Amino acid sequence: MFRFIAWRLIQLPVILLVIFGVTFTLAWLLPGNPLENPDKPVKPQIAEAMLKQYNLDSPWSFLRSYSVNVLTKGDLGPSLVYEDQTVNQIIGSGLPVSVQVGITALILALIIGVGTGLISAMKPGSLWDMSSLGIAVIGISLPTFVTASVLMIIFAGMLKWLPVQGWDSWEHMVLPSLALCAMPGAYIARLTRMGLADVMQSDFIRTARAKGLSKNKALIKHAMKVAFLPVLSFLGPASAATMTGSFVVEKVFNLPGLGVHFVDAVRNKDQFLILGVVLVFSTMLVLMNLLVDVAYAWVDPRIELVK
Amino acid sequence: MEPILSTLPQRRSRWRLNTGMLGAVLLLGIALPCLLSLPWSLKLYDAQDYTLINTAPGSTFWMGSDGLGRSLGWRCLLGGAISLGIGISAAIISVGIGVTWGTVAGYAGGRIDALMMRIVDVLFGLPYILLVVLLDLALSPFVEHVAKWMMPDTWAVQLSQLLTLLIAIGGVSWLTLARVIRGQVLSLREQPFIEAARACGVGRVRTFWYHLLPNLVGPIVVYATLTIPNAILQESFLSFLGIGVQAPMPSWGNLASEGTEQLASIGLTGSFTRWWLLVWPCVLLGLTLMGLNFVGDALRDKLDPRSRKSHR
Repeated sequence: MFRFIAWRLIQLPVILLVIFGVTFTLAWLLPGNPLENPDKPVKPQIAEAMLKQYNLDSPWSFLRSYSVNVLTKGDLGPSLVYEDQTVNQIIGSGLPVSVQVGITALILALIIGVGTGLISAMKPGSLWDMSSLGIAVIGISLPTFVTASVLMIIFAGMLKWLPVQGWDSWEHMVLPSLALCAMPGAYIARLTRMGLADVMQSDFIRTARAKGLSKNKALIKHAMKVAFLPVLSFLGPASAATMTGSFVVEKVFNLPGLGVHFVDAVRNKDQFLILGVVLVFSTMLVLMNLLVDVAYAWVDPRIELVK
Repeated sequence: MEPILSTLPQRRSRWRLNTGMLGAVLLLGIALPCLLSLPWSLKLYDAQDYTLINTAPGSTFWMGSDGLGRSLGWRCLLGGAISLGIGISAAIISVGIGVTWGTVAGYAGGRIDALMMRIVDVLFGLPYILLVVLLDLALSPFVEHVAKWMMPDTWAVQLSQLLTLLIAIGGVSWLTLARVIRGQVLSLREQPFIEAARACGVGRVRTFWYHLLPNLVGPIVVYATLTIPNAILQESFLSFLGIGVQAPMPSWGNLASEGTEQLASIGLTGSFTRWWLLVWPCVLLGLTLMGLNFVGDALRDKLDPRSRKSHR
């Protein structure tokens, strides 16, 4: 186990480096170097700050000076659009918001998803089973901006239980988390339900039943553990995606999170911000996948991590 | 007392079959009108009547009209054709790339396999939406240039926007398929019948076409049907952010996102006055995606070798 984690931790910077390289190339496919963007001339104070820090003779020399800055000082550079903020400050203020909403949404999705999946599997074909599967399909089929807007209208607009937009207290977190958890929650419910249906047919469950365990007990004590594996592997990428923020939810509820920058940075051709945001996202994704793999081995000891 | 072997999937398969049929009927019921009405909807989608703005569904406009006096019915029909078109073309692109990538990796094995799969890993590591937007922006001048060379300028601009969009969406959604196909090829490669083909002196290309590909049809069909709803959903997100299908062209995505703007009226007036602008596109979008998901799931149960074991 320790060898495995160590091996993966060694791989981590390599993967990040490659991802960084790809993003760098893509970001530079957008016209020119940051100072020569014809649509939006860069503000003079930003240009000055950039020239002081970076060597802009060619993409290569820039890449070198940028990497040195990131590695030695952890400095992700200035933003080309937000003139009084550095990329570090933007990420520093946006990430906590996104992570808070993301974690809440993820926990909600897990509770709701596994719960409904389990109850559906206990009584297959029942009214509960059908309706929860139906709701799950709707959850997958409706765009998040529709779910989010409808939630906002009902709970903030008509019932006035919760605030409409903004980010001040815990009440502001409820609706965004609910909207964000709809899609992963629906997936988890389906995965749990299908996984359980498959596992309940396997031999070890038959043995457990033959020993006299009731169906529900066999379901929870034995089948759950195996059926949870697909959910677990879904959680890796899903958690990174929800935690770095869903741009749609953040846009609808006007949250000061990180998700907005994923889209706006590219549209504004703010190359430093693109690179910074991708670095944060990829690091989280790689770490989450590592966590999931470790959890996998813990739940299912048959899996060999190192061959 | 209930029997020990009371099995879930028996009931499940009956329910699956029904949903599969239901999905297919839903899809046909929505897709056919959208496609068959194209000759009319292409002419009428931006016909404006300023005397009849924001009229409720009724005898003049059977789905109501929008703030510019355009018939929402025609816009929904054309929007459906565009959304479905994007979904299907993006699925074709992603199947093309995914199957090629997966088979080459699985068939070649060794270092080439490792390298190709690491590339997939890296692309998985990039934020999906950022990749789409980047691709969209980076490709659009190029595609527009090519389109202008091939047809009159007025068409070229609109068509190249659609083309870039679906290339961008298709170009990022082949990753899962590549992984699945590669896994399939890896296990098929070791099967006796492939070995027998090789022993008979069958070439690699022929082996692929006649022996490997028929065995891959199952997962390909399944993932293709599941890619279509995802692509349509991606387009709707992009439309919501203002980078999807551009006005005045409609798609379900941008119709729905225009509709969400109407929700603000509830906060102000307390009643949802122009409900039709949000409800129709959402219902159509939701039902189509539901139909596609149902069909995809039903096909997966039938065709995907990994879930076949549950139908013993």
